[in-house]
Amino acid sequence: MLTGSVVASILAILSRALLPGTMSEPILKVSNLVKNFGKITSVDDISFEIGKGEILGLLGANGAGKTTAINMTLGIVTPTSGSVTVFGQDLARHRVEILRRMNFCSTYTQLPGNLRVRQNLTVFGKLYRVPNLKDRINQVLEMLEISHLRDRAAGNLSAGESTRLNLCKALLNRPELLLLDEPTASLDPDIADKVRKVVKRIRDEEGTTILYTSHNMRDVEEVCDRVVFMHRGKILFEGTSGEILQHFEEESLEDVFIQIARSGEIQTGRGNAESAERRP
Amino acid sequence: MTFSTVQALVMRYLYLYTRTPIRMVELVFWPLVNLLVWGYLTVFLQSHTDEGFPYELSYLIGAVILWDIIFRAQQGVAIFFLEDVWSRNLLNIFAAPVTNADYLGSTYAVGLMRAGVTSVLLGILSMVLYSFNILTLSWALVPFVFNLLVFGWALGMISTALIVRWGPAAETLAWSIPFFVQPFAAVYYPVSALPPVLQWVAKGIPCSYIFEGMRDGLNTGEVAFSDLAFATGLNVVYLAAAGLLFVRVMNTAREKGLLTKFASQ
Repeated sequence: MLTGSVVASILAILSRALLPGTMSEPILKVSNLVKNFGKITSVDDISFEIGKGEILGLLGANGAGKTTAINMTLGIVTPTSGSVTVFGQDLARHRVEILRRMNFCSTYTQLPGNLRVRQNLTVFGKLYRVPNLKDRINQVLEMLEISHLRDRAAGNLSAGESTRLNLCKALLNRPELLLLDEPTASLDPDIADKVRKVVKRIRDEEGTTILYTSHNMRDVEEVCDRVVFMHRGKILFEGTSGEILQHFEEESLEDVFIQIARSGEIQTGRGNAESAERRP
Repeated sequence: MTFSTVQALVMRYLYLYTRTPIRMVELVFWPLVNLLVWGYLTVFLQSHTDEGFPYELSYLIGAVILWDIIFRAQQGVAIFFLEDVWSRNLLNIFAAPVTNADYLGSTYAVGLMRAGVTSVLLGILSMVLYSFNILTLSWALVPFVFNLLVFGWALGMISTALIVRWGPAAETLAWSIPFFVQPFAAVYYPVSALPPVLQWVAKGIPCSYIFEGMRDGLNTGEVAFSDLAFATGLNVVYLAAAGLLFVRVMNTAREKGLLTKFASQ
């Protein structure tokens, strides 16, 4: 006989599989977000939502505004206007409570190189108030297959091992919302594949909502339920990989990426390929 | 402020020292050099000065020990921030559930520990080498030291705020800010030795009262309560102003994206 929690889990998995991003309450809601650095507009009136258990890809060429958008979602950069709502709470007013339930991993950050792997994870585990910390550290190290490195100094890890350590830190507190900024950027294909599998696994098993930026189109096709394409600070298109390919009449996301990166002005579109117009 | 968050941040700093013991050299080397230089200068002056010399010369050794408390406390705050910059860990910390109060609380704790290590070491060495006992100041030493710590924390917050505002090129402020203050702080000479204009500057610096009080204490054996009261009052003002500056600069840093610039440099 199925228990209530098992039924609920099955329903949650089915709903994620069949209806990605259609949950009633968005985990992350970005509304009319603008960021100006002096006269430069880095993010220009973007809005999007992510539902529970959804993986949203945030794509765009260098300088498109992805990292600034992520930094505003983390509260590291204050928006010029607009709002970020996480778990139904305004980030500007409930930053610490919200950050306790989320985490992030960026290719642009490192953990202190002088500290051992487990020391780094212990410090961040305590910052995020992770219960049963030792067990959780062992779990995440095993999940990312770097248990054998636990006593090594973080500064002595290879680029791939270092990225996986960053991911361990990001998973420590079982985040409900996880921001991953180019998590496979420095990884070889084998490790990148393992990381993608871990990302999908934590979504499937823990219902983690994930905002994922990458320049690797394979990541996006394989991992993301939905994609937001950014270009010069604006959202150019939002939809599933299939809808994007249909909209831009290309055969791969990489071709779409190149087309967008090399283009001038492109008309924006959202979700429905039939109603969206292709660039002139 | 949350104790567990402060504890975690301090733990990171302690791990750093246990993993790289060479860092202890910084805590020991310069204070020791200062003690030796000023200590033997004191010995020389004591043996070659007429009895009419107006001050007890042993206060130079006391000044070395007490000045180091300010310097270590200031360094505890400023270097704490720079450690995260150097290790490209800054965004991990500021994207974690850490408030300004948690962050500052942990830097104060690190400053206290650094000052504790060096002052105990210098206290013991000055006793062994020069028969100078800082504990001559008896119980007055506690509020004196506390005031010096607070002033060091305030200078540390000011240093960090200026580094955040002006970027990594301003890192040198982490070491130089205390020395901007030192000439007016009456560390090695009385306020009266300064020209009249600079005496007014000295009167606006809390630690000048502490060093004057220390000299009085060593000379007379009595505690100068008025000096202590002035120092405490000024320290409250300095600490509050430095805290406001820090918070304001951190808000500006978030508006201008300065923290992310640090992280990418």
